[in-house]
Amino acid sequence: MRNLILAAGLALAASGAWAQDTVRLATEGAYPPYNFINDQGQPDGFEIELGNALCERASLTCTWVTNDWDSIIPNLVSSNYDAIMAGMSITPERQEVIAFTQNYLPPAPSAYAALSPDADLEGGTIAVQSGTIQAAHIAESGAKPLEFATGEESVAAVQNGEADAVFADKDFLAPLVEAAGGELQFVSEDVSLGNGIGVGLRQSDTELKGKLDEVITAMKADGSLNELITKWFGPEAQNLRGLRRRRHRGLHPVTPDGAPTAGAPVPTKEDAPRS
Amino acid sequence: MCSDPSSLHGLSWFLCYLTTGKHLNFYASFGTVLLLLAVTAPVALALGFGGAMLARSRIAPLAWIGKAYIAVVRGVPDIAFFLFFVIALDQAFEYLRHRIKCPDWNQPVYQGNDFIVCDAAKLPLSTSPQWMHEVYGFFLAVITFSIVFGAFAANVIFGAMRAVPRAQIETAEAYGMTHRQAFWRVLVPQMWVYALPGLSNLWMVLIKATPLLFLLGVEDIVYWARDLGGSKTPQFTSFPHGDWRMWYFLFLLVFYLAFTRVSEIVLDRLMRRLTHGQAMSGNAALRDSSTAEVRT
Repeated sequence: MRNLILAAGLALAASGAWAQDTVRLATEGAYPPYNFINDQGQPDGFEIELGNALCERASLTCTWVTNDWDSIIPNLVSSNYDAIMAGMSITPERQEVIAFTQNYLPPAPSAYAALSPDADLEGGTIAVQSGTIQAAHIAESGAKPLEFATGEESVAAVQNGEADAVFADKDFLAPLVEAAGGELQFVSEDVSLGNGIGVGLRQSDTELKGKLDEVITAMKADGSLNELITKWFGPEAQNLRGLRRRRHRGLHPVTPDGAPTAGAPVPTKEDAPRS
Repeated sequence: MCSDPSSLHGLSWFLCYLTTGKHLNFYASFGTVLLLLAVTAPVALALGFGGAMLARSRIAPLAWIGKAYIAVVRGVPDIAFFLFFVIALDQAFEYLRHRIKCPDWNQPVYQGNDFIVCDAAKLPLSTSPQWMHEVYGFFLAVITFSIVFGAFAANVIFGAMRAVPRAQIETAEAYGMTHRQAFWRVLVPQMWVYALPGLSNLWMVLIKATPLLFLLGVEDIVYWARDLGGSKTPQFTSFPHGDWRMWYFLFLLVFYLAFTRVSEIVLDRLMRRLTHGQAMSGNAALRDSSTAEVRT
């Protein structure tokens, strides 16, 4: 975890704001563009930038922690950190255990990717990340789920023939499908799952929930949240106004500086709860 | 030179790639794993020795404690132990501190699903620098590994103590030694020979169990190898590449094989020293079979 520390507080100190509360934010660090570990070994991604912005607006000092997805909810309720921003979809099952703020990403489509367009999605083997809403969906669909600890491994399982297709957030899959250079393709229709992605909090922590809900509302209202979504997920990403239906996008050119390309798909990780 | 990796090729690209901050973390995690092993092995051995002594105690309640420790910990799956025991242990520490530091606290510690203690009782404090959180996580990992492997070691040592020929103890007693003297001067020095094959197996298993560290929030070599080896798209890194996990895991394979090989050589020598001059019936056969086992 040594890499996990992001001093959101620096921004605060620089702007002359004062902060007394230290809030520890947990993320998975393995789900680009939501969250990942960058070349410097630090957490980076849409949720890191958003989380830092939320903390700055709420006058909180925040640090980042990476935690394994499987134990991310137990460690939250055990107060080892205070909030989860890890592409976690708001689902009724998770809401029995933890609380969520309002969503900061709308429900986004999940998609199937496979090597050939005639992959058997109904009766075949579908690779998923365990504990995700996609895994729950496949388990109910009648197809045979093949679960992996990370999204990355579920995609690799399709490429090496272990599974017929992978089912995951479309926004997570899109850069990988693009990078595969035609080997992988999206098949079938997109599926919309979950209620969007929010910050996971302890149910008893109503004070932090209030603060975060307030600043998320403010960031939605002044358009800064949509700017962040566009920056990380591309101009065609579905933003929170919901005025635009998502279109299927083509592949997009990559900018040389490594910034997310505009065309990258919008992600939503809906996943699963850890626990 | 590494500021614009897209212009680099061949060796210079790799030099920059292999020295990113993320790779430095990967290299540092080897130190973390070795340190964990270096601390855990003696602690687990001590726990194992203590557990075995308890289990063979003639005072029934002590023997029950020793036997229960061996049976319960060996019976619980590692994953369950590492997921839940650590959280319970952390909560136990925090609860104790909570009772001491915040006697005036009037809210329940368990609120629904949530475990909440006063800020002053948190371990480490939420305002503590990140390295303290990491050290604490590492400390919990050492305790957990030690308890788990201590139970297995206790069973091995318990068996080894019974394997020492009864005649040795009887002879010691015939010389007028007390139970305590016979235990420390005759039984313990001789039982290591019988325990070593089992303990060396445990050591090998412990080496390979270190990837469980990430369940405890400590980033270990397998975590980094998986993250670094996963395919990287150009949007999120200056060093895009395909699925290189095979190469990273191959590197880990070499590391583990080299490490276990060195361990075998050291244990083999240790075995030779321990059996040196021990003239007991069946000893030569035992020595041969146990060194053979260590070698395989």
